[in-house]
Amino acid sequence: MSLLQVDKVVAGYGETEILHGISIAVEQGEIVTIIGPNGSGKSTLLKTILGLVRPRSGQVTFNGKDITGMAPERIVRKGICYVPQSSNVFPSLTVHENLEMGAFVRNDDYSHRLDEIYSLFPSLTERRRERAGRLSGGQRQMLALARALMLDPILLLLDEPSAGLAPNLVTLVLEKVIKINSTGVAILLVEQNAREALKLSSRGYILASGQNQLEDRGKALLDNPEVARLYLGAREG
Amino acid sequence: MVQNLDWLFPWRWSLRRLVVAGLLLLLLLSFFSIVRLELVVNGLFLGAIIALGAMGLTLVYGILKFAHIAHGDFMTWGAYIAFFLLGTLLPRLGLSGVGFGPFTFGPSLFLALPLTILALVAIAIILDRIIYQRLRRRGIGTVVIAMASLGVAIAMRGLVQVIWGGETEQYPRLSKPFYQLPMDVRIPPDGLFIAAVTIVLVLSLYLFLTRTKMGKAMRATSDNLDLARVSGIDTGKVVWWTWAVGAALAATAGVLLAIFQAQLYPIMGWRFLIPLFAAVILGGIGNPYGALAGALVIGVTSEVSTEWLNPTYKPAIAFAMMILTLLLRPRGLFGVRD
Repeated sequence: MSLLQVDKVVAGYGETEILHGISIAVEQGEIVTIIGPNGSGKSTLLKTILGLVRPRSGQVTFNGKDITGMAPERIVRKGICYVPQSSNVFPSLTVHENLEMGAFVRNDDYSHRLDEIYSLFPSLTERRRERAGRLSGGQRQMLALARALMLDPILLLLDEPSAGLAPNLVTLVLEKVIKINSTGVAILLVEQNAREALKLSSRGYILASGQNQLEDRGKALLDNPEVARLYLGAREG
Repeated sequence: MVQNLDWLFPWRWSLRRLVVAGLLLLLLLSFFSIVRLELVVNGLFLGAIIALGAMGLTLVYGILKFAHIAHGDFMTWGAYIAFFLLGTLLPRLGLSGVGFGPFTFGPSLFLALPLTILALVAIAIILDRIIYQRLRRRGIGTVVIAMASLGVAIAMRGLVQVIWGGETEQYPRLSKPFYQLPMDVRIPPDGLFIAAVTIVLVLSLYLFLTRTKMGKAMRATSDNLDLARVSGIDTGKVVWWTWAVGAALAATAGVLLAIFQAQLYPIMGWRFLIPLFAAVILGGIGNPYGALAGALVIGVTSEVSTEWLNPTYKPAIAFAMMILTLLLRPRGLFGVRD
C-alpha cells in the first residue's frame, strides 16, 4: 500500500474539467516529480489531493485512509502539508507569526520544532520580526517551505517552489528540498525546471492535458529521448 | 562623501518629505487660528465613536470580503438593547439612578454595556448562521452577500420600530455642566467616558490581534483565505470571532452614540453608515488601525465643517472624503500596494 494513492481522479473548476482520470502514487520517503506542459493539470492535481478542489470521481487515499473530498483543514491534520506556487506567505504577518500560523493545529509546545526550522533556514532567523511582505522572492519561498514544515508533515506537496527565482536561488531551493526529504518527509513536486527536478527524484510522472502519459524512474525519464524532445527541450543534458 | 552625513539624519528625511511636512505644519497652524479648538475636540469624540464601528466593519470586510451594510443597524440595536436594560429591566431589579460621578448616566451602565455587547454578539453569530453562512456555502458572490446584508439592515431597523416605536428616546440621564477648558473649549463630561472606553477597546483589540492565536489567525485569514485553510486554520471559527469582535465594537459604538447625542432613534445607525465606510476606505480596507485614523480624520473634518456649513451636511463631508480617497488613493492612507 502506497503512502499516497490517487486513483482515476476527475476534477475541475465550474464547467471545465481539467483532470480526466489521473492516477499516481507516492511511497514513504520518496521524492516524486510531476512534469508536463502548462495547462496539463499539475497544480490542479495538488489542489485536489489537498481538498481545495473537490474531485468529481475517483479516490484519494493517504496512509490507508480515504481522504477524497475532505476539507483542507482536516487533511492537513492527517499529515499532508502544501506550499502553493504564489501567494504562499501571509504578507502582513511577521516571519515568526507566519511560522506560528503553520503550527496552528498544534496545541503542544512546539518551540523545539521552531528551533529546528530556524536552523534549517538560518536566513529567516535574522528576519523573524520582519513582515513577510517585505521579504525578497527567494526568502519568501524559504518562509513558505518553513511554514509548511511546522506540522512535521509525512508528505509535502510543492507547487513549483523555484518559479520566478534566479538560477542560483533555484539551486538553493532544490537543495532545501533534498534536505527536507532526508529528514524522512515524502515529497510530491511539481516543477518547471524539469531536468533539475528529475535528477533529484526517485520517480517521475508526465502529465499532458489532464491525463497520465508516462511514469518511470527519474533517471530513466531523463535518459528517454522521446521525453527529452517533448518535455525537457531539445538540449541534451 | 555625501552619504557619510547619513548618521545626522537617521530618519532619512528627503527634501520632498521636509517640504510636505512643513506645508502640513503651516496648514495646521492656520487651521487652528481659523477653527475653534472646541470643534476639533468634539470631532475627536465623534471620531472615536466612528472608529469603534469602522474597526469592526473593516475586519468583517477583510475576512469575509463583503461590505456589511447592516453594521450601522448593529449600532442601533446596541443602543436600543442598552435602552431596554437601562430604562426598563435594570430599574425593575432595583438598579437605577442617574448622574454617576461627573457623567449623565447612572452606574447601571457599567452592567448594561457588557450585557448589551453579549446580546449583540449572539445576534451577529445567529445572523451569520442563518443567512451569511448559507450563502457562503453555496458559493454565492460577495456582492450578492452584501445585498443580503442590505436586506438585514432594513429588517433590523424595521424591527426596532416594531418593538420600540419610531420616536426619539433617551437613556435615563441627569444633565451635567460642561467642563470649561482654556481656549474657549467646552467639553461634555461624557466625552471623557467615550474617550476612555475607546482607548481601552482599541488597546484590547491591538493586543488581541497581535498577541493571541485567534487574533493572528484572523489577520492571516484576512491576508489569504486559501493559505489559512491549507495551514490548518479553522476558518469557520475565525469567522465567528470576527463577528463577535465586530458586534462587540458596534454595540459599544451604538451605546456611546446614544449617550453623546443624548438621544436614540431607529435610523441613528443607518445614518452613521457613510462615515463608517468613509473611515474604512480612508484607512485602507481590512486595516483596523487605518480605520481608527480614518475615523478620527472624518470625525474632526465633519465637525469642523459646521463652522461654515449647516450641520445637516456632515454626512456629505464624509461622503466627499470617501469619493476623494477612491479617486486619488484607492488603497487608502495606510493600504499597502500588492
